[in-house]
Amino acid sequence: MSAALHTHGAAPDGHDAHDGEEPHGSLQGYVIGFVLSVILTAIPFWLVMAHVFKSPTVTAFSIMALAGVQIVVHMIYFLHMTPKAEGGWNMLALIFTLVLVTIALSGSMWVMYHLNANMMPTGMMTGGAMAPGTMAMPEGTMTEGDKVGGNTAGPGAMGGMKTPPPASARDPRTMP
Amino acid sequence: MSSSSSFAASPADRNARTFHLASEDEHHPENGTLLGFWIYLMSDCLIFAALFATYAVLGTSYAGGPSQVELFKLPTVALNTSMLLLSSITYGFAMLSMAKGNKGATLLWLGITGLFGAAFVGLELQEFAELIRDGAGPQRSAFLSSFFALVGTHGLHVSIGIIWLITLMVQVGRKGLVQANRRRLMCLSLFWHFLDVIWIGVFSFVYLIGVLR
Repeated sequence: MSAALHTHGAAPDGHDAHDGEEPHGSLQGYVIGFVLSVILTAIPFWLVMAHVFKSPTVTAFSIMALAGVQIVVHMIYFLHMTPKAEGGWNMLALIFTLVLVTIALSGSMWVMYHLNANMMPTGMMTGGAMAPGTMAMPEGTMTEGDKVGGNTAGPGAMGGMKTPPPASARDPRTMP
Repeated sequence: MSSSSSFAASPADRNARTFHLASEDEHHPENGTLLGFWIYLMSDCLIFAALFATYAVLGTSYAGGPSQVELFKLPTVALNTSMLLLSSITYGFAMLSMAKGNKGATLLWLGITGLFGAAFVGLELQEFAELIRDGAGPQRSAFLSSFFALVGTHGLHVSIGIIWLITLMVQVGRKGLVQANRRRLMCLSLFWHFLDVIWIGVFSFVYLIGVLR
């Protein structure tokens, strides 16, 4: 099998014309991609640093839109994505990943937003500082009680009950 | 490699030919590797999607600690971004030199790419060190935990990419631009540009939109 792979791998050395079809890109392509990326990077930084829009929402959506465009630019000019690359399997894997990413991102944000909104009503928010305190009180007494029962009473009262087995275990040694 | 293939020429060659006769026109040995590597990148993309989702959910949980506006310095981020973008184009130049078969130029561009990458990682580590020094380390709040996880994972990828790049420079220096090295350089090209794509998400979503909050 490995020998077969070797011949398989050695064969393309012969035909470099085929190799030329590999997506190396061109100087023009890389320069176009770079210039577009610089522009698409500079605009969002300028939008934020120069406070171009009054509304943060508008700025945020502009940033996301520009980021989306820049990702497409990178995909085309740097990663050489075409619908035909690898017989379409590259694109298929990419689309599948995009679906999963969209579900993971939007799903997480949607679920967690509603979780926060529904699980923490405004009435609870003000009592939020109280709630841990009231929760801590019984917990504290419980743990203290456990500690008292376990540490002080244990060696005292419980120890009296627990020591007999060792004592009885020692007794046979001392008894004979 | 060629000697082993000539040893096994008659039996294995026949097998190999019958094996890839059907798809010989459209398939190439590199395509298998590149497609597999692409699928790895897509799975890596899912890791980053999970980290982005974590940040999206926890990004406002400050626990009374500092927020994005107080912590992020956009000029540093812009410098960082330009370092990564420049390293992308220089890697492109390395690939073009490779296509021409110019070993010296390939190594030169790879070296420049590595330096830009190292500058990026250095700036990021400096930023992390300042944050931790100011008491805004990953354990300060959920926001900072998710921030360090996301940006740190990206930085780790770039660092590993630099190690890979150095390894390939040594390999190209020793063996030249042989087919195996070309394939490896193609894979690293995908990896490097992919990290730049992830960084677009980081600087847009984490830094720029974070400062707006």
